Amino acid sequence: MEFLVASTVGLLTAAGVYLLLRARTFPVVLGLALLTYAVNVFLFAMGRLAINMPPVITATSPGYSDPLPQALVLTAIVISFGMTALLVVLALRAYLESDSDHVDIATDGDLKGGPH
Amino acid sequence: MQHWIVMPVIIPAIAAPLIAMGMRQDIVLARVFSVATTVALVLLSVLLVFKASDGHTHTYALGNWPAPFGITLVLDRLSALMLLLTSVLALFVLLHAIAGWDRRGRHFHALFLFLLMGLNGAFLTGDFFNLFVFFEVLLIASYGLMVHAGGAMRLKAGVQYVVINLAGSTLFLFAVGLIYSVTGTLNMADLAQQVPHIPPADQAILHIGALLLLLVFAVKAALVPVHFWLPGTYSLAPAPVAALFAIMTKVGAYAIIRLYTLAFGEGAGDSAWLAAAWLMPAALITLVVGMIGVLAARSLGQMVSFAVIGSMGTLLIPVALFTAPAMSAALYYMVHSTLAAAALFLIVDMVAQRRKEVADHLSLTAPFAQMGLIAGLFFLGAIAMTGMPPLSGFIGKLLILDSARDSTLMAWIWGLILFTSLLAIIGFARAGSLVFWKTHEAGQPLRRRARRLPVGNALPFVATGGLLACMVILTAFAGPVALYLDQTAAQLFEPTRYIHAVLGG
Repeated sequence: MEFLVASTVGLLTAAGVYLLLRARTFPVVLGLALLTYAVNVFLFAMGRLAINMPPVITATSPGYSDPLPQALVLTAIVISFGMTALLVVLALRAYLESDSDHVDIATDGDLKGGPH
Repeated sequence: MQHWIVMPVIIPAIAAPLIAMGMRQDIVLARVFSVATTVALVLLSVLLVFKASDGHTHTYALGNWPAPFGITLVLDRLSALMLLLTSVLALFVLLHAIAGWDRRGRHFHALFLFLLMGLNGAFLTGDFFNLFVFFEVLLIASYGLMVHAGGAMRLKAGVQYVVINLAGSTLFLFAVGLIYSVTGTLNMADLAQQVPHIPPADQAILHIGALLLLLVFAVKAALVPVHFWLPGTYSLAPAPVAALFAIMTKVGAYAIIRLYTLAFGEGAGDSAWLAAAWLMPAALITLVVGMIGVLAARSLGQMVSFAVIGSMGTLLIPVALFTAPAMSAALYYMVHSTLAAAALFLIVDMVAQRRKEVADHLSLTAPFAQMGLIAGLFFLGAIAMTGMPPLSGFIGKLLILDSARDSTLMAWIWGLILFTSLLAIIGFARAGSLVFWKTHEAGQPLRRRARRLPVGNALPFVATGGLLACMVILTAFAGPVALYLDQTAAQLFEPTRYIHAVLGG
């Protein structure tokens, strides 16, 4: 199971980094989404993989599954979900206003001070 | 009395939603409320500086859960200093913003206060995951502020800024995960206790996690090679936002100082001074890249942005030495460079507003309204930024050079800091002479009638003057300030007191 989880995280991360480097907004959004999936699975695994274990320690239980990473993952999911939504809206606005979906700005290096 | 520590987070957290929901239609009410909140934060942080200067490390257990199980807020000299710097900067920036910028988009004041909440939280927290959460709070607010007032170029820069920071947040989570998997804790003090006792087999994982964190903080602090987002973001952000962002790079510097003195300091065994070997070359290159950028910039905004990158290099060189005198010099320069960068961004905005379509581009125009006064302010700002006497930048650089005297890298540090100061002086002098001095060659000045501006436009001058006055105070009272900072640095290099204060015993 460790091998499966580890290779899943690795694959998601590799695909995410590749898409992130495409420098167009749609692949970048997808890349960031994949990266956040990867990090969520990774955070789960950091409390060690345990099956059929209770999250609360009792006198009779043989062990426990670490509840802290699960709480962290929940926070991370909420934040990354919200951020992805924001990024989609922002990328759409930027595309509609500038007619280009490149993530990098001002290829001719000519940055004006913006509208004042 | 003990609840004062959490107040810098609570006050903006209550005020911001009130403004967003109750005062969205009434800009005057929102302005009054926002300024009042910021003034309250200034007074509160003065109080906390006095509280922290007794030398103890004060802690506050959120929800009364004992550390390391609950989240702890920690107030020591360094965090109190950062709170004061943030609130003073915010007050002057807000004065500039209410002269007109806050009406060009929606929810400026609410986002502004949420950003302050995130900053204050990040400076106070003693827990890694909580640091991540406060980073997100301040970043989400900064995304909104970054694209405030809209415009195609600003939105593009905003997308880039959001993407780079989301990637940074993902890295932060990976790093936190790695560290938790070997130490089993997220509390900074508890981590500092665990680090020396990590079995050798797990040390590689711990080091990878700690260095990934360094990369995350380097993204925030705009260190080479992850500095490239800063010039576009800062030069295209609305001026008051760019000025407030001057403190955002320092959040990265603060996190580096806090983590690597506390958990990876002298007592960390095999992990001692983990960051130094990576931080020093990065800081030196950052300094050079930033100051060359000052020469190459095509607009005043870009030039100041590159000067910010250069100043982050200057700031992190003494940090990477990891000695008490160098840390004290770094903290002095941190306070100075935050104020100087913010003042310059506000001055650049005054120039851009008056030159209309040319904005802050480095090109020749006819003289504009109140040019003499603005040129004077720019001159002072440039003196401060380049580190010329008599303002605090000179003292800051002098302290840094002095503290690097015993280092093996002394020749590199002295050579690069002095040489890049010359580059910065050339860059700022050239820009100043083009924008202000040569204007008579381009056309006749405006007639007197057209030069008169409404009274509301005095506020930007008050804001810039206030920031410059802070630097004068920093220069005139350099002795007492340096004493406080020496004690701060001494406190940083005695992590056992921090650990005992948080964990008890």
